[in-house]
Amino acid sequence: MAELITYRDAVARGLAQEMRRDPMVHLIGEDIAAAGGVFKATPGLLDEFGPDRVRDTPISEEAILGAAMGAAMTGMRPVAEIMFSDFLATCWDIVAVEIAKTRYMTNGQFTLPLVIRTANGAGLRFGAQHSQAVENWAMMIPGLKVVAPSNPHDVIGLLAAAIRDPDPVLFFEQKSLYPTKGEVADGEIVEKLGEAKIVRKGSDITIVALASMVRKALDAAELLAEDGIDAEVIDLRSLVPLDTRTILESVGRTTRLVTVEENPRLCGWGAEIVSIVAEEGFWRLDAPLTRITTPHIPLPSADLLEDELLPSVDRIHDTVRKVML
Amino acid sequence: MSETLTPDVGAPDAPDTSDLDTATRLALYEQVVRIRRFEERAYRLFMEGLVKGTSHLSLGMEAIASGVATAMNSDDYTFCTYRGHAHTLSRGASMDAVMAELLGRATGVCGGKGGSMHLTDVEHGVMGSYAIIGAHLPIANGAAWSSLVRGTDQVTACFFGDGTTNIGAFHEALNFAAIWKLPIVFFCENNLYMEYTAIKDVTAVPRPAADRASAYGLEPITVDGNDPEAVHLVARDAFARARAGEGPSLVEALTYRHGGHSRADPGKYRPDEEVAEWMTRDPYVTYRERLLELGVDEQELDDIVERADAAVDAATESAKAAPLPELRAAYTDVWADGGNAWRN
Repeated sequence: MAELITYRDAVARGLAQEMRRDPMVHLIGEDIAAAGGVFKATPGLLDEFGPDRVRDTPISEEAILGAAMGAAMTGMRPVAEIMFSDFLATCWDIVAVEIAKTRYMTNGQFTLPLVIRTANGAGLRFGAQHSQAVENWAMMIPGLKVVAPSNPHDVIGLLAAAIRDPDPVLFFEQKSLYPTKGEVADGEIVEKLGEAKIVRKGSDITIVALASMVRKALDAAELLAEDGIDAEVIDLRSLVPLDTRTILESVGRTTRLVTVEENPRLCGWGAEIVSIVAEEGFWRLDAPLTRITTPHIPLPSADLLEDELLPSVDRIHDTVRKVML
Repeated sequence: MSETLTPDVGAPDAPDTSDLDTATRLALYEQVVRIRRFEERAYRLFMEGLVKGTSHLSLGMEAIASGVATAMNSDDYTFCTYRGHAHTLSRGASMDAVMAELLGRATGVCGGKGGSMHLTDVEHGVMGSYAIIGAHLPIANGAAWSSLVRGTDQVTACFFGDGTTNIGAFHEALNFAAIWKLPIVFFCENNLYMEYTAIKDVTAVPRPAADRASAYGLEPITVDGNDPEAVHLVARDAFARARAGEGPSLVEALTYRHGGHSRADPGKYRPDEEVAEWMTRDPYVTYRERLLELGVDEQELDDIVERADAAVDAATESAKAAPLPELRAAYTDVWADGGNAWRN
């Protein structure tokens, strides 16, 4: 049996699945308990698991992630919510300098099984300070795993994998995807971190996308099919670990690569993938490796302006057509 | 101690230590001596170039780590700062392994990957030395929260300097600990200088920690940080409250560092008369005098010093003789599987 559920309901279902399994999984964050989260991704959890395991915190991001880290160091498996990924900047020391490095610099004395969930990305017209796609910030720090699901099934399966993983995982929920629906099987769902998924088979060009860009890439692929271009679409799902094998194998067949990123241009994750393919897949290529990103500009609020900057189905369509020329 | 420590700070609370037993007193003295002799040696080794990087010494401040550690159980947690040699040794970490870490050896507490600023020894409850001001206060809260969740009797001691009281993480952590009633005691080691600047020149209140306590519903607790017995009793009481479910405490221990902030700092910004005045309060000297006044046998004290020196000598020799890390150690333990792979 399967049912159609929303991306936001999948978050609560994934958390509940893991909390039932492991009493050391605790949730902390701002407005997550009684209010069920500002994006309503955690409703019902307080009722089922009680206030000791689903705890509201003050607006103190360093205190939240510090508590998660100290708890993970001492036997718990905390899941901390940072309401908007933009707010990671207020606690970046804890993320990048403490959580990411402590195992290494203590020669493995600590294991840090914790998950930081956060609402990432644009599309809700929240303006420059509540719309950033910052998954690339996390990707560039050694010691952090970075996951970004594109659909409800992956939300559950990757969240379960992240919670069970012994290392710290940043789990980027794309906030414009919360109301979107997808089919989800009954029973326990657990995916593996570091496995990209080919979501559309094709032979002419590989499009690598993440989170909200996956749907856009698939829609663009349909338009391309009308043009006679058979695009393969890869949902990356995880930036660290990075499934380079799937990418290189795909590009080896299609001989062309376009990456679609929501993050701004400079040092986006697509640059890393393009660099890997340039080094290791160069002799198979028939076209320049090409990145589609948000321009290197903060995001405006007005819907017309925000849509102008974000990678769109049309932009992906046009760019791929040029690459195919 | 009833006299005023400085005009700005005022006299600390003075617990009655007259009932302390001799065994505790000797344990306190041994801690002070071991830390002092170790750090004097560490300083020399830095000057000889045997220790790379930087170092931050607690010379003059040993009474705090000593007084607190002697009030803890072996499974309690300590979180300290980059100035953490004292706090690490006081919990029972191997002096050989700490010295080896300073010398970058494979046998160091962190295998040479942490260094002076990141001494960690989980086996002895030393949950890390943190080198970013304020960062470890929220992290220490997490360990204290975990003790509650796991239903243990553990308490957490979190040490930091006066400068930390002006960073956001301090305030976030104190509020968080208070509302969650965490079994944690925050020890502010107020040595009057943040790094090179006097704390009073950059802080809105005279007592940087104690004067903030009321903002978190906590009692303002001050203690003479150069008196190991006073620190011990204040810590013991605070830990007892924490274990009894009464929540956190914030203790401001007044002290003075004999040297500068770090190896690179001769500490010239401090007036000569101030340094001279504080040198008369050196716990290494004054506590020995007190113990003699109390009738402790001088030979016992000499034996403690002798044992400490022997331990420091042995640690030095063993660290110098210890193997350097294998180069492959640079690549290990990014992840829990022991490796560093980020791709397939």
